[in-house]
Amino acid sequence: MKTLDQLAVGERGQIVEIVGDDNIAMRLMEMGLIDGEEIEYIGAAPLGDPREYLVRGYHLSLRQTEARRVQIQ
Amino acid sequence: MPVPAPAPTLAPSLRSRPLTVALIGNPNTGKSTLFNALSGSRTLTGNYPGVTVEKTVGQMQCGDRAVNLVDLPGTYSLAPRSLDEMVAVNVLLGRMADIGTPDVVVCIVDASNIERNLYLVCQVLDLGLPTVLVLNMADVAATRGVTIDAKKLSERLSLPVVVTEAHRHRGIEAVREAILEATARGPLVRPKLFPPAFMAECDTLAEKLAEWGQPQVPYYLRERLLLDVGGYVEGHFLADKSHLLKAWLTEARARLGAAGCKVPAVEARVRYAWVREILDGAVVRPATRPVTASDKFDRVLTHRVAGLVIFALVMLLIFAAISWFAQFFMDAFEAGQGWVSGLVASVLVPGPLRSLVVDGVIAGVGGVLIFLPQILILFFFIALLEDCGYMARAAFLMDRLMTKVGLSGKSFVPMMSSFACAIPGVMAARVIENRRDRLTTILVAPLMSCSARQPVYVLMIGAFIPAMYLGGWLQPLVLFAMTFYGAVVAIPVAWILKKTLLRGETPPFVMELPSYKWPSWRLVFNRVYAQGKEFVQRAGTLIFATSMLIWAAGYFPGDHTQADKLQAKIEKYEADLSDEQKEAVGETHAILGEFKTETQDLKKERPTAAATRGKKIDARLKEISKETDSYLETLNPEQRNYLADSSTKRALDTKLLEGSLLGQFGHAIEPAVKPLGWDWRIGVGVIASFPAREVIVSTLGTIYSLGGDVEADDQGLRSAIRHAEWPDGRKVYNIPVALSVMVFFALCAQCASTLMVIHRETGHWGWPVFTFTYMTLLAYGAAFVTYRLALLLGM
Repeated sequence: MKTLDQLAVGERGQIVEIVGDDNIAMRLMEMGLIDGEEIEYIGAAPLGDPREYLVRGYHLSLRQTEARRVQIQ
Repeated sequence: MPVPAPAPTLAPSLRSRPLTVALIGNPNTGKSTLFNALSGSRTLTGNYPGVTVEKTVGQMQCGDRAVNLVDLPGTYSLAPRSLDEMVAVNVLLGRMADIGTPDVVVCIVDASNIERNLYLVCQVLDLGLPTVLVLNMADVAATRGVTIDAKKLSERLSLPVVVTEAHRHRGIEAVREAILEATARGPLVRPKLFPPAFMAECDTLAEKLAEWGQPQVPYYLRERLLLDVGGYVEGHFLADKSHLLKAWLTEARARLGAAGCKVPAVEARVRYAWVREILDGAVVRPATRPVTASDKFDRVLTHRVAGLVIFALVMLLIFAAISWFAQFFMDAFEAGQGWVSGLVASVLVPGPLRSLVVDGVIAGVGGVLIFLPQILILFFFIALLEDCGYMARAAFLMDRLMTKVGLSGKSFVPMMSSFACAIPGVMAARVIENRRDRLTTILVAPLMSCSARQPVYVLMIGAFIPAMYLGGWLQPLVLFAMTFYGAVVAIPVAWILKKTLLRGETPPFVMELPSYKWPSWRLVFNRVYAQGKEFVQRAGTLIFATSMLIWAAGYFPGDHTQADKLQAKIEKYEADLSDEQKEAVGETHAILGEFKTETQDLKKERPTAAATRGKKIDARLKEISKETDSYLETLNPEQRNYLADSSTKRALDTKLLEGSLLGQFGHAIEPAVKPLGWDWRIGVGVIASFPAREVIVSTLGTIYSLGGDVEADDQGLRSAIRHAEWPDGRKVYNIPVALSVMVFFALCAQCASTLMVIHRETGHWGWPVFTFTYMTLLAYGAAFVTYRLALLLGM
C-alpha cells in the first residue's frame, strides 16, 4: 500500500486508513485525515522535513514519519 | 441534532451572580483577538495549580450582567493526552474549583477553514453546556469565495451563531448578546452521534464506575475513557482501581471493534460525518480552492533558498533588536539609575542607610528593569510573527534541525533569543505546547551565551590571552569560541534530558500552517504590555529580593564607620576640586599604581639577582621613588589628601568585603575551588555574582582595591589580576586559570533572575533548583577538566 510520504510534489491521493491508535494516529484523524478524504502534497521544508499538505482546504504540516502512517491510493 | 432543552427559569439570586464564560477554539482562529476585544485590558493571569498552563480570566459586561471570561489554550481537540491538555476539559466540566462550572461556552472558529474547526465544536457540544458559535475571519472566508449561511447553521445547531471580524472589532457586541441569549436558552441536548453499540458501552461504563466508587462521572469523560487509548483520563481517573478500569476498557474496545465501531477511528469518522451534514447547503465553497496571495507568499517564504535566506534575515533582525536596540534603553536605565543614586547620595550621608538605598534598593530595582527592554522587544516580535502566521513557518523551517536534539522547530526562537538574554528566551518557550519539549528548552536556554558573559570574557581574554598570536586574531577567536561554547554544550545536555528526565513519546508535529494576514497591532501591544507587567510583578519581586540579600551579605557584619567617614571626606574633595584637578589625581593614581607593581616585582627579584642586575634594580627603585615624589609634588595639598584618602578607602573596602559574610563564605569555599586553580578572591567573585555574572568584574575591582566601578577592559584591573599572588608568591592567574574561569562562567547558572523566571514559568521551585544544580556541576566539571588539560599542555 502506498503511503502519504511517497506522493510527488503536486500529486494528490485519497486516504485509505491511518495506521495505529496512538497519539499521532489520533491527532491525524482529528485534523481531518480520515478515509475517503483527498490530500495533496504541496512541498517539503527547505531542510527536507517536515512536509506541507493541503487537506480539507487548509495547509497542514507533517513530519515524514507521521506522513508514513497515512495509507493512500 | 441538538434540540434546546426546556429553558429553566433562573432564580432571581442567580441573575445577579457574574456569569462564567469559557472561550475555546483552534489555534490561529483569532481567539486572543476576540478575548481582548471582549474584555479589554481587565485581565488576570496566573497558572492553573500543578501545570504550566496559563490561566487568563478577563472581566466584561454583557448588558447588565458581569461576566468572567476564561480564555482556554488554543487546541484542535478536547481529547486530553496530558495533564496540561486536561485543564481545558476540567474547566469545561466545572472541575476547577477556582472557576466553577461555565454558564456558557463560546466556541470560536475560523470561517475560512470551518470544516476542520467544527470538529472541536462537535466535541464541545457533547458537554451539553449552553454554547455560542463565533464565525471569525468572515472577511477572509469571503475573499476565498466561501459563503456561509449563519442563520441556517444556527437553526441546525440550535445555538446562537455570530459572524465576526475580531481584528476590526466587528461583531463584538453581537457576541455579548449571543452569550445572554445562550444563557437564557439553557443547556443543550447532546447530538446523538455514536452508534448504539458505543452508547450502550458508555452506559455500562457508568454502572462499572459506580461499582468502583465513582457514581457521578460526566458523560463526556466516559466517552473519553472509551475513545482515548492510553489517554490521560484512562491513566489518572481511578487511583486504586485503575487496573480494573483499564482491563474493562480493553475488553470494551475489542467488543466495539468487533461490532464495526473501531476505536479510536470511530470518533473522527462520526464527527466529521456530522460536520459534513451540518455544513451541507449552509456553507458553499468554490469547487477548486483558489490560489490566494497567502499561498503565493508561502511559496517564497518556504522556498528552499529564498525561504532560508528570509528566515535568517528575520532572525537576525530580532537578534539585533534584542541585543543592540535594547542596549540603548538599558544604557538609559543605567544612566537613570546613576542619576537617582547621585540624588540619594546628595541627601543621605554615607552610612548604612545610604548603602541600603543605593547599593540595595536602587541597584535591585535597576536589576529588574534592566531586563524589560529585551523582554518587550522580543515579545513584540513574537506576537507580531505569531499573529501574521510566520511563527508556524519558523517552526516548520527549523524543525529538522531541532529534531536532532529531540526537540521540535518550536524551540528555535526561544533558544536563539537566549543568545541575547536567557530571560526573554525562557519566557518565549511558552509558544511550545508540549510540556517536555518546553521544559527541555527552558532548562538549556541559560547555557546560551548571553550578553552578561561578555564582560567576564573581555576581562580574562584581555589580561591573559596574548594579543600578538595569529596576527592579532587569537583574542577575537577565543571570544568567538567562548560565545558558542555554551550552545555546543547545550546539544548533548538537551539530548540527555530528553532521554532521561524528560523522556517520553515524541509529540506530533501535526499542525496547521495558517494563512498569512496583517497583524493586529492592538493584540501585539496588548501582549507586550501584559508580558512586561507580569515580569515586573512576578519575577521582578524575586529578583529584587535576591539582590537585596546579596547586598546584605556583602555589607554585614563589618564596621563601616571609618569607611563612611572617608567617603564623606572624599565627596567633599570631589565637590571642591575642579574637573582638571580631579583628572590629574586620576592620572597620578594610575601611574603610581604601575610604579607600585613594578616595585613589588623588582623587590621580589632582588634577593636572588646577580650582582650587576642587583645594582640595576637598586638604581631603578631609587628612580621610581624620586619620580613618585615629583608626581606628588605636582598636586596641591587637597589633591594629595584626596589621593591618599581614596587609596585608604579602597583598601578599607577590600577589608570590609573580605570580612563580610560573602568574604567569609568565599574563604570557606576556597578548598572547593582550588582544584580549578582559583583562590578565595575568585570564590568571593563567583558568589557575589550569583545575582548576575557581570558583577564579578566590580567584585574583583573591590577585592583588588581598585573600587567597584571598574570596567572589564580597565588596565588597572588587568594588571592587578596579572600580578595577584598566592601567599607563597606564586601567581594566581595564568592562562589555565583564565580559561577555567571563562569556562565556568560560560556554563554556570550565575543569574538569579533567570532562575526566578524559570520558577515563574514552570510554577515550581524544583526546576530552578535543578537548573542551578546541573549547571553548577557542569560548570565545575568543565572548568576542572579545562584547567587540568591546559596545565598538561603546558600553557
